[in-house]
Amino acid sequence: MINFQYMRATDVADAVRQMAGDRNAKFIAGGTNLIDLMKMDVEQPTRVIDITRLPLRQVEQTAGGGLRIGALVRNTDLAYHPLVEARYPLLASAIMAGASQQLRNMASTGGNLLQRTRCAYFYDTATPCNKRTPGSGCSAIDGLNRMHAILGASAACIATHPSDMCVAMALLEATVHVTGPAGDRTIPFADFHRLPGDTPQRDTNLAAGEIITAVELPPQGFATHYTYLKIRDRLSYAFALVSIAAALALDGDTITQGRLALGGVAHKPWRDPEAEAALRGHPATPATFARAADVLLRNARGYKHNSFKIELARRCIVRGLTQAAHGTPQPQSVKKIV
Amino acid sequence: MPENGAAPSSSSHPTRRAVVAAGAVVPLAMSLPGGAAAESAAAASPPTPVSANLTINGTQHALTLDPRTTLLDLLREHLALTGTKKGCDQGQCGACTVLIDGRRVNSCLTFAVMLDGAQITTVEGLAKNGALHPLQQAFIDHDAFQCGYCTPGQLCSAAGLMAEGRAKTPDEIRELMSGNICRCGAYANIVAAIDQAMGQRS
Repeated sequence: MINFQYMRATDVADAVRQMAGDRNAKFIAGGTNLIDLMKMDVEQPTRVIDITRLPLRQVEQTAGGGLRIGALVRNTDLAYHPLVEARYPLLASAIMAGASQQLRNMASTGGNLLQRTRCAYFYDTATPCNKRTPGSGCSAIDGLNRMHAILGASAACIATHPSDMCVAMALLEATVHVTGPAGDRTIPFADFHRLPGDTPQRDTNLAAGEIITAVELPPQGFATHYTYLKIRDRLSYAFALVSIAAALALDGDTITQGRLALGGVAHKPWRDPEAEAALRGHPATPATFARAADVLLRNARGYKHNSFKIELARRCIVRGLTQAAHGTPQPQSVKKIV
Repeated sequence: MPENGAAPSSSSHPTRRAVVAAGAVVPLAMSLPGGAAAESAAAASPPTPVSANLTINGTQHALTLDPRTTLLDLLREHLALTGTKKGCDQGQCGACTVLIDGRRVNSCLTFAVMLDGAQITTVEGLAKNGALHPLQQAFIDHDAFQCGYCTPGQLCSAAGLMAEGRAKTPDEIRELMSGNICRCGAYANIVAAIDQAMGQRS
């Protein structure tokens, strides 16, 4: 780890001021990802600005009936918040599917959005990686790519976004509140993370010097018909091969609204309006779900070691939507897929 | 406060159970990479030291630290609290688990200077007035370890789990203890020990 100057920010304006104009500075909150990357010399900030004392730890109902989550709310505090458990159980379940309790006790909401890929080549500074060193090449495309993307990848990068929480937030159509040198703005969740394209070094559309202050959930929480199903190499504490957040609104057996978001398959939580349109107005049956899966995976592409993910994703979509339709979400402590 | 690892000496060979019963204050006859290398790198390029006050197992420490110092390295290399173990140093194994303000965390992924004002409990702080913590006794009762290297982290993690009050069943204990890896595979006995300790408390 290289030497750095450690600063403490006292409030949001102070944090923005301390960050302004310094591209080698980093905010630190939970530290669970940044410190790991600093130890590996993947991240080499020369200034680290501690934002843990900023007043961003509140979970509040909004006037519009939604929920505003401060950027520093820890993952466990969010998953266990009574309003989240009651109104957004999909989000609670997704959070509890990720990492370990120790890490969830440390990790912040804003930091979860900003965590970086767990691609082994990104972590290994001895290998080329366009995300870490733009223009150096992608080692994963012809390398060990079992964990990598099947949707939305590019010739420059096939890394995946590792978050579970973000998959649920993408489905719930959260809004990211940020502030920075140019003032406050909001970013729809779908526009927050980027596909790799030819600039895989940019994970998000956060501008230089901006800081996340909150994530806002709209009122609709799909608390009746939802599931978060995560398939991984071991039963807990592993990144997703494929995960799915599924939510339905039903009128009898007919789907009036269906949403799907996939994790572990792309550079960002993956949603597909055409696949969701294939659910609307149709009966909540495996045949309907299989059609939606076909639409969502129509452009899926596997690489040498991860082509299995395409069929795995297809089955996850059908199983997840079946769970959602039946109102039998997959509890994270139950390892038999229901 | 011992500044330079004035580790307690041991004249006899401790048994595994004695180590657990004593809260693992006996120093390991092995060195792990990281500490010494980090010290020499720091000497080549002097960092700007940062002050922080931490309360560790009830004792206040006024510290001035290289900001790169993790809580884990502070405990082991600066304060001779070697009960907390360094396994992966990447937040993947849980051996370094301690309690910060009552919550279990990975001390390897925490900069110590960020914890100004915090209360830290390590495995050395679980026993009170010479009496084992119910979890320590339960681990002995159930032989919930083989090599014992993961045990301090398992104990602190389980103490955090009990404080959370979320786990009610063995399946829930397993899920909420998944951040603690035991390469000996003592999981069945670890779950039984935690279950026993939870039952005693309720």
